[in-house]
Amino acid sequence: MADFFRYLMIGLGNGAIYAMIGLGLVVIYRASGLLNFSQGEITMFVTFIVWTLQDMGLPLVVAVAGGVLSGVVVGAVIQRIIVAPVGDPHQKPRAVVVVTIGLFLGINALAQVIWGTETRDMPALFGNGQLSLAGVAVGWQKLGALAVLGVEVALFAFAFKRTRVGLAMRAVASNAESAALVGVPVGRILMLGWGLAAALGAVAGTFTAPDRGMDSNLMLVMLVYAFAAITLGGFDSLVGAVVGGLIVGVATEVIPKYVDSLQTLPMVPAFVVIFGVLLVRPEGLFGAKKVTRV
Amino acid sequence: MTLLAVAGLDAGYGAVQVLRGLSLHVDAGEAVVVLGANGAGKTTTLRAISGMIPAKGEVTFEGASVLGKRPDELLKAGIAHVPQGRGTIVDLTVEENLRIGAYSRRDPEIDSDIARWCGVFPRLGERRDQVAGAMSGGEQQMLAIARALMSRPRLLLLDEPSLGLAPLVTQEVFARVAEIVRDTSTAVLLVEQNANLALEFAQRGYVLEAGTIVGEGSAEQLRNDESIRKAYLGS
Repeated sequence: MADFFRYLMIGLGNGAIYAMIGLGLVVIYRASGLLNFSQGEITMFVTFIVWTLQDMGLPLVVAVAGGVLSGVVVGAVIQRIIVAPVGDPHQKPRAVVVVTIGLFLGINALAQVIWGTETRDMPALFGNGQLSLAGVAVGWQKLGALAVLGVEVALFAFAFKRTRVGLAMRAVASNAESAALVGVPVGRILMLGWGLAAALGAVAGTFTAPDRGMDSNLMLVMLVYAFAAITLGGFDSLVGAVVGGLIVGVATEVIPKYVDSLQTLPMVPAFVVIFGVLLVRPEGLFGAKKVTRV
Repeated sequence: MTLLAVAGLDAGYGAVQVLRGLSLHVDAGEAVVVLGANGAGKTTTLRAISGMIPAKGEVTFEGASVLGKRPDELLKAGIAHVPQGRGTIVDLTVEENLRIGAYSRRDPEIDSDIARWCGVFPRLGERRDQVAGAMSGGEQQMLAIARALMSRPRLLLLDEPSLGLAPLVTQEVFARVAEIVRDTSTAVLLVEQNANLALEFAQRGYVLEAGTIVGEGSAEQLRNDESIRKAYLGS
């Protein structure tokens, strides 16, 4: 039982990271109806910026703040100069998705050019200490990831529901042409969406790197888990990204511990989730079914 | 005083030219209709004026050229466009639709304007917290008009508000817009196929055929014009 509780907490901690990346995917999906396959590589890239800043001697917290700010810029610039010129994802969904796959490869290669292929060490934001919870040792890093995730969700939920910019993002997500007609600067809103997604990535990557090692492959596997998370939760739901992330985190940690044949294949439960949800409930647990009367 | 002046407007989609040297004008506080059959270029006229498609020619609003400006810039200048098919943002609530309509404004009277339009269109007030997509066609049309008015425009472009609505609902929509023109002195440029209603509503009208204006006059002149009666009034 103590073993199970330990796996559960590790799973929740990992799940918090999947949820953070999932939040980035949801923010872009809500703003532009686009599944951004380059989210993982953008995350890796801005996490390298965090790594570089702390390597220069800055405190890690400051480096993360720098990574978040540069994430806003990197995301916005990529949207502006690479994604936007291809066209509106609502009208040319395939073209834009292919561009994000191209970005996936391009950013990965660029990171290897800049930072090399060597795996670097990233210090843990919350240290390597452990807390004893009901007799089970739980890493501060995992608890920290859960707490940071909670703060992120609260901020985004508030912004989407209560702020002018958040309302504009939802309007653009629902009907970009109408949003433009009522005076919303659609281009700038989309840039902001990509910027926020990349900023979320800087945080998620900072939590990933101490375990997985900081190199250009940081997010290859993580992106699959994040996709499983938002498929389960619903592509357009912030709450769904969180619940989906935590469930996928726990499932991929716990199931292989008890199913011998999966011990070396932790991704299988994630794929089962993606496949099963698409088959049974394509809108996910919390995604909106479209309500339209004509 | 001339509010909107369009002269020699050419526009189209890709290689297909739809508008050929279109000219018209709207005075401040005036309701003007452009009549035309399917495919005459009515919707294209409004889309070209409000910067949604590229166009050549002259479009001036309050004396300044607005040709080539983006929709959000035109809105700031004072032109609001209610597109064909209404364009309500179906995932937002009624109130959120009205609030986004005031996106170009930053004054403290937005809430009182929301209350005002919910008063003019009581159905909107009753359904304030409902998502727009769940409302009937007529309610969505009224929401689209109210949302456009939230930007406090001096000119409202209305694209076939009668489309897909029952005759009684259409009458209701026109009656409300007529009141709004009278009470707020907002000018309206309406494009319509329903000539009967439109000519009762408007003071002046144009007849559009194959992308060019082929006739104009006061609403009364147009109502009594033999060829227009035959083509658009069904008698």
